[in-house]
Amino acid sequence: MTRQVTFRRRFINAFMLSLTGVATLLVVSVLFFILGYLLWHGIGSLSWNFFTKLPKPTGETGGGLANAIVGSAKILALATLIGVPVGFLAGIYLAEYSGRTFAFVVRYITDLLNGVPSIVIGIFAYAIVVKPMKHFSTFAGGCALGIMMIPIAVRTTEQFLRSVPTALREGSMALGANKATAIFTVVIPAAKQGLTSGMMLNLARVAGETAPLLFTALGNMYWSAGWSQPSASLPVMIYQYAISPYEDYHQQAWAAGLVLLALVLSINVTARLIMSRGSSLARR
Amino acid sequence: MATPHQQLQPITTRPPAELTPPPSSAVPKIRAQHLNFYYGTFQALHDITMDIAANQITAFIGPSGCGKSTFLRTMNRMNEAVRNTRREGEIRLDGEDIFKLDVASVRRRVGMVFQKSNPFPKTIFDNVAYGLRINGVRKKSIVEETVQLSLERAALWTEVKDKLNKPAGALSGGQQQRLCIARALAVEPEVLLLDEPCSALDPIATLKIEELLFEIKNLTTIVIVTHNMQQAARVADYTGFFLLGKLIEYDNTRRIFQNPSKKETEDYVTGRFG
Amino acid sequence: MRVSGGTHLRHFEQELEKLKAKLLEMSALVESAVYWSVQGVVEKSESLAEQVLKNEGRINQLEIEIDDMAISLLALQQPVAADLRLITAAIKINNDLERMGDLAVSIAERALALIREPVPRAMIDIPHIAGLVQSMVRKSLDAFVNRDAELARSVLASDDGVDSLRTASYHELMSYMEHDPAHIPQAVSLLTVVRNLERIADHSTNIAEDVLFLVKGIDVRHHNERQLQGEPTAPTARV
Repeated sequence: MTRQVTFRRRFINAFMLSLTGVATLLVVSVLFFILGYLLWHGIGSLSWNFFTKLPKPTGETGGGLANAIVGSAKILALATLIGVPVGFLAGIYLAEYSGRTFAFVVRYITDLLNGVPSIVIGIFAYAIVVKPMKHFSTFAGGCALGIMMIPIAVRTTEQFLRSVPTALREGSMALGANKATAIFTVVIPAAKQGLTSGMMLNLARVAGETAPLLFTALGNMYWSAGWSQPSASLPVMIYQYAISPYEDYHQQAWAAGLVLLALVLSINVTARLIMSRGSSLARR
Repeated sequence: MATPHQQLQPITTRPPAELTPPPSSAVPKIRAQHLNFYYGTFQALHDITMDIAANQITAFIGPSGCGKSTFLRTMNRMNEAVRNTRREGEIRLDGEDIFKLDVASVRRRVGMVFQKSNPFPKTIFDNVAYGLRINGVRKKSIVEETVQLSLERAALWTEVKDKLNKPAGALSGGQQQRLCIARALAVEPEVLLLDEPCSALDPIATLKIEELLFEIKNLTTIVIVTHNMQQAARVADYTGFFLLGKLIEYDNTRRIFQNPSKKETEDYVTGRFG
Repeated sequence: MRVSGGTHLRHFEQELEKLKAKLLEMSALVESAVYWSVQGVVEKSESLAEQVLKNEGRINQLEIEIDDMAISLLALQQPVAADLRLITAAIKINNDLERMGDLAVSIAERALALIREPVPRAMIDIPHIAGLVQSMVRKSLDAFVNRDAELARSVLASDDGVDSLRTASYHELMSYMEHDPAHIPQAVSLLTVVRNLERIADHSTNIAEDVLFLVKGIDVRHHNERQLQGEPTAPTARV
């Protein structure tokens, strides 16, 4: 009887090991698979033209997605300008000033906001920005993405500020600093690695959002001057080109996807580098 | 025959040095009167009345939880940062009620060094200069001079003068604590409070800090809380013994350790309890 | 233990130096007192004898100050090892020195008595005994100052010589008293002087024993050279 039990046990062990191992491999390989696929299909279309020229009608060569790249940049810049300060200051309030119950409530609501589907945020932005302005715009796109950035900014700020040891605050106040001075001269600088990387990850996350932009920035085959015109953006362009019936547009879509992925990955990697360098500097 | 050393001189007699009693002079540096302190419903300090002498080292000793740290932190109003606390009674600094003064100005005049050293994650120079800068001193030459002077007074200058721009976190534990002392001294406090400053340090680092306290005594009044009563014996001019939130005995250090008046004090210093 | 470099002493070391300085001051006074008291007898000098009486007050005061300082150091500084031995030696030497001072006063008083009722001729060789005793006093104090164990041992060795001189003097004085009853008071004074000198020598040997304890940590009192043996040593590991 013992031989059977041992055999069964060993079999289960091996089975679990294989199962979990394969799952892990799957997880790891998916990223490389996507990257590889995009590289394979998109690298051919990356060219000087791609980064500098406007889209050309199908069949014509020499077109690019310069307007989408610039458009994404403008939208993301505006989103950062809206989302980061609001989230940052709210995070400071939660971490440093508020009472326990109020902080809990605000955190809860922030998490709910984070869970709102991005397309709903897009509709919301449409209602409060696009309709009054009476047209789609870069500005509206920036607003939508900015709203999406707020909850993560709040949570990141609060988390990293709370992780700063109380001893530093005490040290600052014991020298005659009032609370605000202590926060801005000691606590925030102490958390700056975490805050910076947190904001970068936040940006990387919204960089790829497509749904909100459909209702706000819409799209544009030409340059979008200023902030109140509709604007092309990388994710929307990928969508539009991918569902088109033209092969050369498909190629451009691959390339755009590659660029977008490269952008997001590099922001991620940089953010993590900042975090790890930071923790070695502050060693005790 | 051997010749004598001395000249023939009459010599007047003098009594041995009197043990000077603790001050009850006109205006002591800090005077606490009938101070009671509560954490919620728990009373941590019972009717504390004592005078702290200027330019002397005063130590508070007593077993854990006796209130000595609480009392210390009341003197620079650090206790107010804790929620749900209540205070009755007065503390006067040079005659002024500290609870009526602006809290930041009280903390400028009454500095504090903590049990675990807490240098900011900045450079050594910026750490010491911090107090100056937030109090409005911007002129580069003044800041540099003051930083050097403070580091010299904290017996740290020779060890760090070539690496002022390195992060403070790279220093050893004892050096970091001396850095915190330099940082506190830079704003020229009238009183320096030290809350068990050596409890996390090895004996040699402890000795360096004790020696520097002797050196800076004439610059500032020093109040030190220590759970190591031998440290109080070595260092302090006056010692107060606390027990369960009450001040049991407060006297010249020599009397506390040689001939205390209260039995509880005697039991504590001889190690019978606590 | 030096904390910072150079000649800066830490607080405790400064206090120890003060203690040593006071002890040196006292030993100098006591040496002088012994010398003057003997000279007072030999030279029949009233002023020297008076001087000894005058300085007694300062010697007593120093004894109190040194004890006070030593106790304070023990209470407040928790000394160990050589520092502890120094302080306990200082307390004992302090005591011996004060007794020597008292004995010098007693000799001075005898000097004054002998001046009032002089001896017709020299009866015994006071200067010789005094010279030996003074040299023992000097050596024992030098041994303390210089932590010189060998010098301390030589003091211990000289004690026997002084004892035999004293015994010889007693016999001389006894025979003199038998032959010349009129001058018995003076003889008794001289007996006292010799006895006090011998006791001064004993105190010097005490000091020498204390110095040996201080320097070597060995207890040589009562002719007992007992090292700290028989004390359990730390266990050694067997490899």
